[in-house]
Amino acid sequence: MRLSSLLGACALVALGATAAQAGPTLDAVKQKGFVQCGTNVSGLPGFASVNNENQWSGLDIDLCKAVAVALFNDPNAVKYTPLNAKERFTALQSGQIDILSRNTTNTLSRDTALGLDFPVINYYDGQGFMAKKALGVQSALELDGASVCVQAGTTTELNLADFFRANNMNYQGVVFENNDEVLAAYDSGRCDVLTTDASGLYSTRTKLQNPDDHMVLPEIISKEPLGPAVRHGDNEWADIVRWSFYAMVQAEEFGITSENVEQIAEETQNPDIQRFLGKLDELGAGVGLPNDFAVQIVKQIGNYGESFERNVGMGSTLKIERGLNALWTDGGLQYAMPFR
Amino acid sequence: MAQSAPRPPARPPFWNDPLVRSIIYQVLAIGLVCAVGWYLIHNTITNLQRLGVSTGFGFLDRPSGFDISQVLIDYNSTYSFGRAFLVGLLNTALVAVCGIVLATIIGFLVGIGRLSRNWLIARLCTTYVEILRNIPILLQLIFVYTLLVSVLPAPRESLAIGETVFLNTSGLFVPRVIPLAGAGLFFLSIPIAVVLAWLFARWARIRRELTGQSLPRNWITLLILVGLPLLTFLATGRPVELEYTTIGRFRPQGGFALQPEFVALVVGLSIYTASYIAEIVRSGILAIGKGQIEAASALGLERSQILRLVVVPQALRVIVPPLTSQYLNLTKNSSLGVAVGYPDLFSVAGTINNQTGQAVEVIAITMAVYLLFSLITSAFMNWYNARIALVER
Repeated sequence: MRLSSLLGACALVALGATAAQAGPTLDAVKQKGFVQCGTNVSGLPGFASVNNENQWSGLDIDLCKAVAVALFNDPNAVKYTPLNAKERFTALQSGQIDILSRNTTNTLSRDTALGLDFPVINYYDGQGFMAKKALGVQSALELDGASVCVQAGTTTELNLADFFRANNMNYQGVVFENNDEVLAAYDSGRCDVLTTDASGLYSTRTKLQNPDDHMVLPEIISKEPLGPAVRHGDNEWADIVRWSFYAMVQAEEFGITSENVEQIAEETQNPDIQRFLGKLDELGAGVGLPNDFAVQIVKQIGNYGESFERNVGMGSTLKIERGLNALWTDGGLQYAMPFR
Repeated sequence: MAQSAPRPPARPPFWNDPLVRSIIYQVLAIGLVCAVGWYLIHNTITNLQRLGVSTGFGFLDRPSGFDISQVLIDYNSTYSFGRAFLVGLLNTALVAVCGIVLATIIGFLVGIGRLSRNWLIARLCTTYVEILRNIPILLQLIFVYTLLVSVLPAPRESLAIGETVFLNTSGLFVPRVIPLAGAGLFFLSIPIAVVLAWLFARWARIRRELTGQSLPRNWITLLILVGLPLLTFLATGRPVELEYTTIGRFRPQGGFALQPEFVALVVGLSIYTASYIAEIVRSGILAIGKGQIEAASALGLERSQILRLVVVPQALRVIVPPLTSQYLNLTKNSSLGVAVGYPDLFSVAGTINNQTGQAVEVIAITMAVYLLFSLITSAFMNWYNARIALVER
């Protein structure tokens, strides 16, 4: 009994000691003056990567910046903690980070047993496969017997097992901790196939030696709603993350961009837009933010469409279609709750 | 009598009594440790509850949902997390055992080689030790693994020996032995042969000590070890079948596969640990006084006999304790397997941790297993050390 409790105690020192001081996140964040944002360790171009000027950029990074703008009116009031898939939840639970914005899939067990909350979905995705063109594979259903490189601790790893089991096929999974190791193993020919979220495949492909030698197979084998996660039970903080993101989506729906936001804020007579931009009513106060937080987010980060195109869309090297991530008005799933 | 005895000095106050004082200090120390332990555990449980994170070991019975690339027992994604732990544990044990055996062999060869009078061999062994000992093990592992997967050909261009053995980036494929009915007797004959060989060696030694006659022991031992299983194998009508590997569309199918992750980990750990073992062996041999060897020669012992009867028994006394530490290091270093994609305990535990979110329980189990492994290794080596210790008269 004593041995086991001692062991437990050792394992807990880090977790216990830091969690004790986590407290309500908003107070802590305001006090330290920046948002601690957990992000992808190996860099997923388009979602989170470090550019040549040593600056983080990407769709997931924009979300952290939007929260920083809402709180501090400064997109640089963010510190980044690069995490691999296995470390990410412990980092959030222990209070090491305030938001986990790391292309993380929202699932029931993560939402409940892991003590997390997913306030919004900033990218609707699904899992796919990438294979060398030379193999002549046209469909994921032809992969019987293939060896598959996959990252540890992801929903991908679970879907992979399910997919092959459901289709009565064999495979050999080769599991690595970091995306870079997965990629290196695939590139060196250790695996026939690499699997991850479709967005990750497009992003990863750009890092291969000869991207054109590889193709993404047509099948999407799962639903992967990716979004930021926060600690369960801290609703005030979840609200801030949620409405910071919705501001970007709502701005796109209104046709408000970083270019025209100030002009529209001055000139508009539409009460809906006035309310959104803080010219009418006191919506910001309800979330605990300045009344013009939406204006600042759109001005400094851009609306969701701008952020999408710049990071992963046609303005980027990834050239991903909007697809599911188009606004609901364009037949997609991105839908902001009303600002009223 | 009683009256005449000198009066004992007045007893000091109890707080000045060394015995009482030491008891008080010990009680205080244990109390402090317990209090800190209790505080940490209580604090953690409270925090986890506040965060809404599940606690307890119930998750061990839930289906794991993920596959593991190398399994020594039946396992797939429908088995439980507990079973996944066991798979990881066995994978770690396999690497540790293979690594220890290989590292010991290489280490002894290199250690003896450093003392060789042959200039080239001695320098080569020195170079080996100085290079491998001074590069971090993680780098060496990644180097070996990268080397393996970049040098080996793609599965479709496998190196092949006939239609039976294939070598490619997916590993080394050899036919698998599938036991048929009646194979039990054959497998049983192997340990029996080992025991017989041991009994024979014992008998031969006693006989030699009594009569001074020696038998060709090595040949007879070999005959027992090979002959008995072979006879059983033939007598039971060859009760095994070979499953051959076939080249599939992707990697070869069927047969027994040695994966590059496993090979990289075992080789990487062995050559690294062997560099330390070599130094330990060298120090053990050098610890024996020159006079001992000269005395043995004077008695008329042959070179091999001097080594076997005089040098090794005394050297082992010096070698075994630090060797134990190296075995423990190798076992613990096997947790680096995660870097080369080997599904050892630490890697599997990491995945379980991530899927269940129960970091505390998972890490506690993992630490307990490594501790257990180390204690078992230590216990065995201590037993061995006690056995070989010189009986001093």
